[in-house]
Amino acid sequence: MTAEVAVLGVGMHPWGKWGKSFVEYGMVAARGALADAGVEWRDVQFVSGADTMRNGYPGYVSGATFAQALGFQGAQVASSYAACASGATALGAARAQILAGLCDVALVVGADTTPKGFLAPNVGDRPDDPDWLRFRLLGATNPTYFALYARRRMELYGATEHDFAKVKVKNARHGLTNPFARYRKEFTEDEVLGSPMVADPLRLLEICATSDGAAAVVVSSLEYAKHHAAAIGAPVRIAAISTVTPRYPNPVIEMPEFATDSAATAPLPESGFRDSIAERAYEEAGLGPDDLDVAEVYDLSSALELDWYENIGLCKPGEAERLLNDGDTTIGGRIPVNPSGGLACFGEAVPAQALAQVCELTWHLRGQAGERQVEGARVGLTVNQGLFGHGSSVILTH
Amino acid sequence: MSPGTTGPRTTGPGTTGKERVPAVAGWFTMDTAEPHLLGSRCRACGSFFFPKESLSCRNPGCSGIELEEMPLSRRGKVWSFTVNCYAPPAPYVAADPFTPYAIAAVELAAEKMVVLGQVVPGVDLARLRVGAEMELVLDTLFEDDEHEYVVWKWDLAEPVSDKRGAR
Repeated sequence: MTAEVAVLGVGMHPWGKWGKSFVEYGMVAARGALADAGVEWRDVQFVSGADTMRNGYPGYVSGATFAQALGFQGAQVASSYAACASGATALGAARAQILAGLCDVALVVGADTTPKGFLAPNVGDRPDDPDWLRFRLLGATNPTYFALYARRRMELYGATEHDFAKVKVKNARHGLTNPFARYRKEFTEDEVLGSPMVADPLRLLEICATSDGAAAVVVSSLEYAKHHAAAIGAPVRIAAISTVTPRYPNPVIEMPEFATDSAATAPLPESGFRDSIAERAYEEAGLGPDDLDVAEVYDLSSALELDWYENIGLCKPGEAERLLNDGDTTIGGRIPVNPSGGLACFGEAVPAQALAQVCELTWHLRGQAGERQVEGARVGLTVNQGLFGHGSSVILTH
Repeated sequence: MSPGTTGPRTTGPGTTGKERVPAVAGWFTMDTAEPHLLGSRCRACGSFFFPKESLSCRNPGCSGIELEEMPLSRRGKVWSFTVNCYAPPAPYVAADPFTPYAIAAVELAAEKMVVLGQVVPGVDLARLRVGAEMELVLDTLFEDDEHEYVVWKWDLAEPVSDKRGAR
């Protein structure tokens, strides 16, 4: 087991398309987290930013950008980019500083402003960039890859379009009262199945949108939490942060690749990449799937949520549809998944998303999640995956 | 649900009279009859890579730095597939009007690797299933006034007789 750090405070800016600067969103989330923690900005010793790639230089040095916006006060700073796992990576940097004894309290912030439509590569001719080339040569969008996984699930396990639609129906219902969610509307299975096909078998209502949004977390040493934050009682703790890379050879085609590794000369690893992301977190925390009360998983598509049930060990491969259809993963069920509404209700704000997952679980573990509260939740897990071998999982306990 | 096919069957490249050029240099041979993807193979451990890897073997158990160009198998089996129903953003050059196209992930048996490619237009999508046998072909990706830009695509490998009839 790895030593723990305390979550003193969390804050978010609502997801949406607000047409403002990512810095403004980040400030709202940061001030919210600081207020929630009861920590003064001038007392923060380390600022850890999760970068955005779509907002120029300030986005590449997000830690400094947020620190300057809040008012430079001499704190140490770092900025991280790890695609969809950026937020967890920034959180991991803060945890490392704290556990190394280099600081007591840190602020982690991720914020993004995203364009409408498919996430596209950066502009300009870049024939050496695989992310540019997969659009150029294949027309392979992100939903293309999600659809390949979904179709394989149908062919291997007999999953149906009804199963996929039910994931969206569940998540839409979960997020209905979440004040930070962008889409707060119930959908029936028929409505989901009546939405336009985007990448067969996935439909428009089953693929996550891109959003503006921001999330922030104030973390500290347990010692600091004990003295400083006596008022809030025992804090939620971070028991694990996993940001593992895949192991060669990875037999699953991943964004933005043209091909998988070759398994011709090296044996396949014991676990696939997505499995290994959660396994590392469980190992660090000294916990397992049976200990979980709630999970936030990265439903880039409705079908992908079902893959995650298996990847985080909630059930065996091929059993996710049964878990869903039995209501196990609905709030009130055995192990609610995506009580926030997930990406289905948020859309993706890349550097903020992994931190938003942490915010959501913190509220559940404190009993502050309102109408969507998972009753009695003590242990929660987040998991996500992005481009270029990035993924993350965070385990929180209370 | 899914469209039955992705538009009329194309007749393969080379019918427009324009100069045919690869859409990307050095990724495949321009042999219309039997094209091959060009990958690389580590001289030390034999691992394959596509697109070509030239810096160093990426097998962590191998320290090889010599990689040789290697044509990859022309046939493989479908790992999964999809049909893109909306035009992707640039730099993809979408046909106007846009017609949906299928993409297949095909596992090459000898190399034990899965390679993406568009599926050539006109394939009966009902026959696209995990495990279906596919073969590599060349087809037009897009054209401008002078050139026809060619890329690799996947085609159903069987039955050979009626598939080749239109060519």
